[in-house]
Amino acid sequence: MALVSGLACLAVFLATTDKGRRGLELALRSLWLHKLRSFLSMLGIIIGTSAVIILMAFGEGSERDVLEDIKRLGTTNIIIRSVKPPDDSNTNRRQMVATYGLTYSDLEVLATIPSITRLVPMRVFPQETRRSDRSHNSRVVATVPQYAEVNDLTLVQGRFLVPDDDERMNNVCVLGQETAKSLFLFEEPLGSSVKLGEFVYVVVGILAERMPTGGTGGSQAAEDFNQDIYIPMQTARGRFGERIQIRSAGSRSAEKVDMHQITVTVEDIDKVRPTGQIIRSILGDTDRHPRQDWALTVPLDRLELVERTKANIRQSLGIYASISLLVGGIGIMNVMLATVTERTREVGIRRALGAKRSDITFQFLIETMVQTGIGGLLGVAFGVAYVFTHAALRTLPMAAMLFQDGSPSPILHVPSITWSLSTAVGVGVIFGIYPALRAAYMDPIEALRHV
Amino acid sequence: MTEVLRIESLHKRYSHDSSEVHALKGVNIVVKQGEFVSLMGPSGSGKSTLLNVLGCLDRPTEGSYHLGGEDVSRMGDDQLSSIRSRYLGFIFQQYNLLPQYTVVENIEIPLIYQGIRLDSESRARCVGLAELVGLGHRLDHRPMQLSGGQQQRVAIARSLVNRPQLILADEPTGNLDTKTSHEIMTLLSKLNMSGKTIVMVTHENDIAKWSKRIVRMRDGVIESDEANTPDPIDESGPGLPMHLLEEAA
Repeated sequence: MALVSGLACLAVFLATTDKGRRGLELALRSLWLHKLRSFLSMLGIIIGTSAVIILMAFGEGSERDVLEDIKRLGTTNIIIRSVKPPDDSNTNRRQMVATYGLTYSDLEVLATIPSITRLVPMRVFPQETRRSDRSHNSRVVATVPQYAEVNDLTLVQGRFLVPDDDERMNNVCVLGQETAKSLFLFEEPLGSSVKLGEFVYVVVGILAERMPTGGTGGSQAAEDFNQDIYIPMQTARGRFGERIQIRSAGSRSAEKVDMHQITVTVEDIDKVRPTGQIIRSILGDTDRHPRQDWALTVPLDRLELVERTKANIRQSLGIYASISLLVGGIGIMNVMLATVTERTREVGIRRALGAKRSDITFQFLIETMVQTGIGGLLGVAFGVAYVFTHAALRTLPMAAMLFQDGSPSPILHVPSITWSLSTAVGVGVIFGIYPALRAAYMDPIEALRHV
Repeated sequence: MTEVLRIESLHKRYSHDSSEVHALKGVNIVVKQGEFVSLMGPSGSGKSTLLNVLGCLDRPTEGSYHLGGEDVSRMGDDQLSSIRSRYLGFIFQQYNLLPQYTVVENIEIPLIYQGIRLDSESRARCVGLAELVGLGHRLDHRPMQLSGGQQQRVAIARSLVNRPQLILADEPTGNLDTKTSHEIMTLLSKLNMSGKTIVMVTHENDIAKWSKRIVRMRDGVIESDEANTPDPIDESGPGLPMHLLEEAA
């Protein structure tokens, strides 16, 4: 930041004072005299700055991708899931019914944590849904009305579950888009009834098409919400009982799971992690859960991962940028040393005509800085242009080899412009100071004699 | 007449590796306002070293050098730079114009280092000086497009721009043919007549004859110092009206 403001002062000085303007003009003029040489010596700086801009833009892009993912899961949410533990081999007891996971008692305990504003339990099991002669293998989700808020559901028709449904164990259901489509071809689904297990449920709402979420490593699988059918939690408990028969590929298994998932909403983003710790310690109690049959996902943790990734990107970017700017700076210094030697006589003349050492230093330093500054500007221009044309470039046939599908698209990272530009000019100062001083400390008599 | 410069028992020694060169061995000289001095001598006599000291490009090892009443022999680099820009005008054998600048811009350079703001007024003065030396029609030419004599005239205009008390000329006609040398010397003589003090280094007697005082050096000391009566100059010389000279000076 100090660098940026220092350079801003310098820019103002150059633009407003007589001496500054003249130095600037002089520098531009002598650079213009050797256009190709100036351009080639700037090349390192141009490549360095544009690379910084482009890479930062990709970093921004991937960060936004992940942030959107997190937002979909909810930043203030904590997701607790029941996990079927591996069969205990040390007990001989053959379990006919797999009993595991979160219980109603867990839910009651969690409800006592003050920072939690919402608890949405859900129970999920596959069940065939019928409508006259049509059937659909849907996923039954037994839940509470707040589920809609947590998951940002939008309905195309009707309503979602209401508290009354839960209390009265009403036989009502809300259909996912796919389920509705396959059960009701020509009829109006709303108000009609579907058969689920042994009971008949009245359709009260249809959900809009919903994007499936990606899996969240381990504890959470990818979900396709469009196949769902939602019924009230208490209804499911009453109608289907505690255990659920699952028929699959000729074998039968039964499981007793109170709830498959609890989505916890915390009042404040800062309290997400502490609350996660509290939940972990409650559920970690071996009296409550002797086996590790639950898993906790904090979407916010992914944010941390992103931050870490971003820090890594920054670091490697910093190394990359410093290498390329160093190389660019050395190139410029080399050219400036040649220039100073070439213009030894000019230095002698100027000294004889009254130029102080500081005047000569200033002249050559400004020249280097203008050079790196222009190089930086060109680099920024190139980088920004790339960021904005990336989408178009991707459609080129050659691009398929470079970019994978679904790779993030770049977003311009504005601060990277200011700091890459100021670093470029800073490089000019660092690598320009030696040639400039060398010019200034020449013996004027020797310099005048130089051919 | 006031003294422009006073040098007393000036010594200059250079050390090159192990050997020491004693270039000036006690020089005493006083130059008064309006003088036109030729410094002569064979190479190695110390005349160039003396000119460098006079031009504040070099500092004496011993002795004192007063320029316009100020002791400049112990000044630092920055002070010497400012003395050069205020008191001195330089004319070189190689003209020493900056190739990337036009005629007017070359004339302006000393003003830049005097810290004078370049505006229409200063520009008018530079144009006036260019006209004075007969290059009013070549203002936007670059040095490369000019002949040697024209380049030297630009250099003379440049040496005048800061209204110097002393003009130092180092073999001003060294690279010029006889006819052009004649023109340049006429110009310098007229400048001298208008009141400018000139110290000129030359090794040609023909050129030295234009000055009013001839100082001969040998082996780092002044060998002879005598007055000279120059031939009267042709007042109707090319493009050098006296009244303009007096205005400029």
